[in-house]
Amino acid sequence: MRHLLSTRHLSRDEAVAILDVAEDMADVSTREIKKLPALRGKTVVNLFFEDSTRTRISFEAAAKRLSADVINFAAKGSSVSKGESLKDTAQTLAAIGADAVVVRHGASGAPQVLATSGWIDAGVVNAGDGTHEHPTQALLDAFTIRRRFFGADARGRDLAGLSVVIVGDVLHSRVARSNAWLLTTLGAEVRLVAPPTLLPVGVETWPVTIDYSLDSALATPTDVVMMLRVQAERMSAAFFPTAREYARLWGLDDERLARLDEGTIVMHPGPMNRGLEISSGAADSARSTVLEQVSNGVSVRMAVLYLLLSGEREDLA
Amino acid sequence: MPERVVLQQADIARALTRISHEILESNRGADGIVLLGIPTRGVLLGRRIAATMSQIAAVPVPHGSLDVTMYRDDLSRGRIRTPSPTQIPPGGIDGAVVVLVDDVLYSGRTIRAALDALGDLGRPRAVRLAALVDRGHRELPIRPDFVGKNLPSSQHERINVRLTEVDGDEYVSIVSPEGDPA
Amino acid sequence: MSESIVVKGARLLGGGATDLLVRDGVIAEMGSGLSEGGARVIDAAGLIALPGLVDLHTHLREPGFEQSETVLTGSRAAAAGGFTAVHAMANTSPVADTAGVVEQVASLGDAAGYVTVRPVGAVTVGLNGEALAEIGAMARSRAAVRVFSDDGKCVSDPLLMRRALEYVKAFDGVIAQHAQEPRLTEGAQMNEGIVSSELGLAGWPAVAEEAIIARDVLLAEHVGSRVHICHLSTAGSVEVVRWAKSRGIAVTAEVTPHHLLLDEELVRSYDARYKVNPPLRRAEDVQALRAGLADGTIDIVATDHAPHPAEDKDCEWSGAAFGMVGLETALSVVQASVVDSGHLDWADVARVFSRIPAEIGRLSGYERGIAVGAEANFTLYDDTASRVIEKGDLRGKSTNSPYLSLTLPGRVVTTVHSGRATVLDGELVDPDVLRSVGGPRG
Repeated sequence: MRHLLSTRHLSRDEAVAILDVAEDMADVSTREIKKLPALRGKTVVNLFFEDSTRTRISFEAAAKRLSADVINFAAKGSSVSKGESLKDTAQTLAAIGADAVVVRHGASGAPQVLATSGWIDAGVVNAGDGTHEHPTQALLDAFTIRRRFFGADARGRDLAGLSVVIVGDVLHSRVARSNAWLLTTLGAEVRLVAPPTLLPVGVETWPVTIDYSLDSALATPTDVVMMLRVQAERMSAAFFPTAREYARLWGLDDERLARLDEGTIVMHPGPMNRGLEISSGAADSARSTVLEQVSNGVSVRMAVLYLLLSGEREDLA
Repeated sequence: MPERVVLQQADIARALTRISHEILESNRGADGIVLLGIPTRGVLLGRRIAATMSQIAAVPVPHGSLDVTMYRDDLSRGRIRTPSPTQIPPGGIDGAVVVLVDDVLYSGRTIRAALDALGDLGRPRAVRLAALVDRGHRELPIRPDFVGKNLPSSQHERINVRLTEVDGDEYVSIVSPEGDPA
Repeated sequence: MSESIVVKGARLLGGGATDLLVRDGVIAEMGSGLSEGGARVIDAAGLIALPGLVDLHTHLREPGFEQSETVLTGSRAAAAGGFTAVHAMANTSPVADTAGVVEQVASLGDAAGYVTVRPVGAVTVGLNGEALAEIGAMARSRAAVRVFSDDGKCVSDPLLMRRALEYVKAFDGVIAQHAQEPRLTEGAQMNEGIVSSELGLAGWPAVAEEAIIARDVLLAEHVGSRVHICHLSTAGSVEVVRWAKSRGIAVTAEVTPHHLLLDEELVRSYDARYKVNPPLRRAEDVQALRAGLADGTIDIVATDHAPHPAEDKDCEWSGAAFGMVGLETALSVVQASVVDSGHLDWADVARVFSRIPAEIGRLSGYERGIAVGAEANFTLYDDTASRVIEKGDLRGKSTNSPYLSLTLPGRVVTTVHSGRATVLDGELVDPDVLRSVGGPRG
């Protein structure tokens, strides 16, 4: 794997291979010495144009468990705000000798520009770009689902036969996009539930089904309910009238939680708006995988960094 | 490519039985022994040796697998290597006599990686090494304690170990490249 | 002192080969076997003689953004593309909203000498969409402005648009509207649809263009004014203009070469060279624009040549500037998109890229095309050539072209502006030579 920019173009086999390696990485996390020497001498740069402490420390932990050297680079601004440009930053990192760049950027496509520009030769991992994709989040979600439903038999399996309902601000969510592609590639059936204002024009061509009503979506048994974070500023832009109305219609409250099947799990990429898209009861219930998602994130990111940085450089898709 | 079979299925069985006896003899019984095979075929050989030892000593012999992929010194070369699971028996390895089992002992680099991997998993009382075939050409100061067969070979040749569980048939052969006099 | 030129054996539109004798800035004779002592002889065997191209929509960037383009460098790019006149858009700094700025731009154009530079005046002060600019002063200035546009921004206030449409009638002017409903396109990055949904780029919906066009043709009808629509980009816009024309509304419309050739799939690369406003649309829109140009719904082709320095394109998509250069490649792109596909013949090209844009801009000298007694503005074009576009083919200051490393048909061999050669054998004539031959104009 040369770069990981999106899940859109990952094949089923590639995705399963990443999840399988992540299983091995997860085993390491249970040992007393949680460290492997695999990436000794490699330099991983966490290049964050947007603040995201959660994602950054997850990548940092992953790189360190593989013995890579980690440099955290919190870049201020972009060429929009006349801060340092992506190009200058990339060339600086190339000069430092970065082997992999984990990039978080507010602009959709920025990691792809970095990977194809020729400014830097390093492998690029997209750690969230604008409203485009967040591929490692989708991989850790898929990993979490697979472990929850298949346990020790997870290796080598995809998600065929499972159904996933993704609820919330799909329009602005890179997590929703990456999950829609990845989970369907892995054979899961995906339903998106959102107010029509928070679904992108063109979503009807995605390999998913759409429901405007959470109650009607939950009337059909589902294995996974994934709640997306809703940002309060969407309210002022008239995407929905009030937080209260949103919570009432599209929030996973205690009453809806009680209606879920026994085996249904509840996921959230974090950080959660308790009381808005998810109630505390749902967030803290035994169905909730929120904390597992965090620890699985490290395993999945270890797998991605390992696959990106071991072996000879080759240009795979 | 010319291929010459050097061990038949029966030869392999005999070699493993002999190794089982030797391990028990040198350890004065099965006490404290943990067999760890190195994937892929070392795991299968370790399982067979453990079974034989259990029969002889009439006690269960713990066995598992030790993946060394992440500890290799050539990870940035060649293709991407996919790791295999490491499975340590429930009792762990602290204070145990770990016998590493591999199919072919060659440069010794795999065993070096295995020793590093072991160090991250616990602190065995002693570590021994069993190999079905020792083909020489060591690049590190490593030697086996238990060997099925010494097989002097040219570095151009390849040792091909096939085991029923994964290959469908079972033998050990030497494959020489075309036109190589060996 | 004006040079004489004899062009040998050029192919006329819809006719056979002819010689052209150019003397004193006009086409003096046409026929075979023409010669004149001391004249420059140009062998045009096999080349098409097209009337000089007139661009109704060019960004020359001067004054204010000289790092992107100047009147001189943009004029050179235009001549290299076969143009003899360009209309310089008003979004400079300062904005061309006073007689002083438009006169400055016009005289810079005269000094450069490669093409006639016709300044476009702003509709509103500072392009701010709040108060009418001094349209009368600009119209009566030496620059004699006839086209007014806030291009880059839409005159979105309906009342202001109505007043502008009414007011320019006093000066035989026209409002060229950049049709973009601002609220519907806040933060817009690309065409809104399937591709934007996948790429996570904020959408620029077709309706934001179509709604403004619909409003403005109705306003034009109501007040009895003519209105010109810049860079139509959607199938729906073609429908609206077709409907308006069927009602007899005095609307004219333009399409850019890039909207005739390229579609939104290119944005998947996140390569900012494809970032343009209005955005590249769907393949169906491209087909509708070609058909609209062929059936006369769309009147003209205009380049919307929009130079930007490298740093404004060498970055992430949303940080990049909108726009692409297009003067040098315009004719080749038109050939590739609508001539080679059979939508237009070369006589149509002369109409949509010379006669009608001159008419809309009230620029004289282009009414009869290539004819005896007409001003000598023409270009000799090799439609059998084929070339890979390289940076060296771009003669302006900026290289933000979406066609780099693409193979395009055709090549401008010679351009003659007001009787003087500005391009010979594909190479720009040296500016000093140009001035010594023609003497200062105006």
